[in-house]
Amino acid sequence: MKTRTSLLLGSLSAALVAFALTSPRVVAADKVDPVADAKAFQNFFFQKFPDVKHEDFVNGPYSMNADLKRQWQEKEEFPPYEFALDAGKEMFSTPFKNGKTYADCFPNGGIGIRQNYPYFDEKDGKVVTLELALNRCREANGEPPYSYVKDEMASLTAYMAFTSRGKPMDIKIPDDPRALEAFENGKRYFYTRRGQLNFSCASCHVQSPGERIRAEILAPALGILNAMPIYRSEWSGMGTTSRRFVTCNSQTRAVPLEPQSDEYRDVEYYLSYVANGLPISGPGARP
Amino acid sequence: MTAFPRKLAVLLALALSAGAAGARAQSAVADGQKLAFDRGKGNCLTCHAIKGGDLPGTIGPELKDLKTKYPDRNELTAIIYDETKRNPQTMMPPFGRNRILTEQEISAIVDFLQTL
Ligand code: HEC
Ligand code: HEC
Repeated sequence: MKTRTSLLLGSLSAALVAFALTSPRVVAADKVDPVADAKAFQNFFFQKFPDVKHEDFVNGPYSMNADLKRQWQEKEEFPPYEFALDAGKEMFSTPFKNGKTYADCFPNGGIGIRQNYPYFDEKDGKVVTLELALNRCREANGEPPYSYVKDEMASLTAYMAFTSRGKPMDIKIPDDPRALEAFENGKRYFYTRRGQLNFSCASCHVQSPGERIRAEILAPALGILNAMPIYRSEWSGMGTTSRRFVTCNSQTRAVPLEPQSDEYRDVEYYLSYVANGLPISGPGARP
Repeated sequence: MTAFPRKLAVLLALALSAGAAGARAQSAVADGQKLAFDRGKGNCLTCHAIKGGDLPGTIGPELKDLKTKYPDRNELTAIIYDETKRNPQTMMPPFGRNRILTEQEISAIVDFLQTL
């Protein structure tokens, strides 16, 4: 078993190196195959962690460690994100000054749709995340946008995730070269090493999930966004996907990007697409 | 008549200089440990268990018996300077190449590693 997993890791790594070494021109010439990518990505984690139930990968570090999971299950009796959930529900149903509500901006009145975000907007030619769609809704209704990283934005996305719990992630890549390019760009960002410490996102979340980095247990990249937004004791509050990306970049001495920059949106598109089929579990609570 | 004291003086001088060298080595070891544990410097505990350090990570192997494994200190220096040379996939940051640590700091850390 041991040799098999390390062989697998080896071959995946080799694939990653090959990927990193290929020049952009060659990448563009290669056929981008998200379906095959997602399958290989999921199989890598399923085989590396044969004892983890597939639907459990969405619980981040808890899927990797039994003790931690027990503590978490106890905590779920009084989940620390409850205040955000209540606030989000309240905000979601409170009309804007013009009398409209968030429900008017989203399919199905915004209920049970988290699994479809981010999506590729063919008019814009860009990826639209749930956070971005929420601020666009506010601005379209004459309201100022919220900060992307916490508080109100986290409350709103917490509520929307909650109404979608258990629904399988269902990200589409339309037949549009720009959508494929966004997927590919997100993938490239995810596997590229950067910053003084020379880490890629994959160094931590593909190469080392389940390992401790100091006292923290690294979450697997598979299903890593299904629990967003999350409460973290370290933050003493909630954080959105944007907040987590910025934190991971700056903690590894890489220059963080602006929340909702094109690259972050593409990474979110990539990570969500390769998690297709795994249930939404947000909002999450973390140690 | 004078031979004996001269010999004594030589011995004494030798002992003194050995002592000074010993103290210097000891302070390099202490510096090296400090640099290895310092979160803003080596921060080696993020990934390695090391005797005397708290809350180690598990990404790399425990650092011990390194003198047996790497008798030549240049090997240890090379690993800290840029482990991607040996293993392009490694997670270990290239401390020398990316100027996270100076050559002097790496040398002190190697002194410390050789005591483990
Ligand atoms: C050197 C390590 C490291 C790197 C590099 C890194 N992360 Fe993280 N990441 C962490 C740690 C530590 C946590 C908190 C523990 C956990 O949940 O994994 C975390 C958490 C996360 C989470 C939340 C997971 C959860 O369930 O709580 C996401 C999402 C995430 N990282 C995405 C990224 C992305 C995207 C990148 C690259 C831009 C990245 N990370 C780079 C260490 C890293
Ligand atoms: C982010 C993770 C990380 C950090 C930080 C880190 N290392 Fe490593 N180190 C590793 C890994 C992983 C290995 C295993 C070999 C490989 O990956 O090539 C390793 C291997 C080693 C080895 C070889 C051990 C053996 O038994 O062969 C030494 C020596 C070493 N590291 C020293 C250090 C020192 C000193 C520091 C701090 C200045 C440090 N490491 C910081 C991840 C790390």
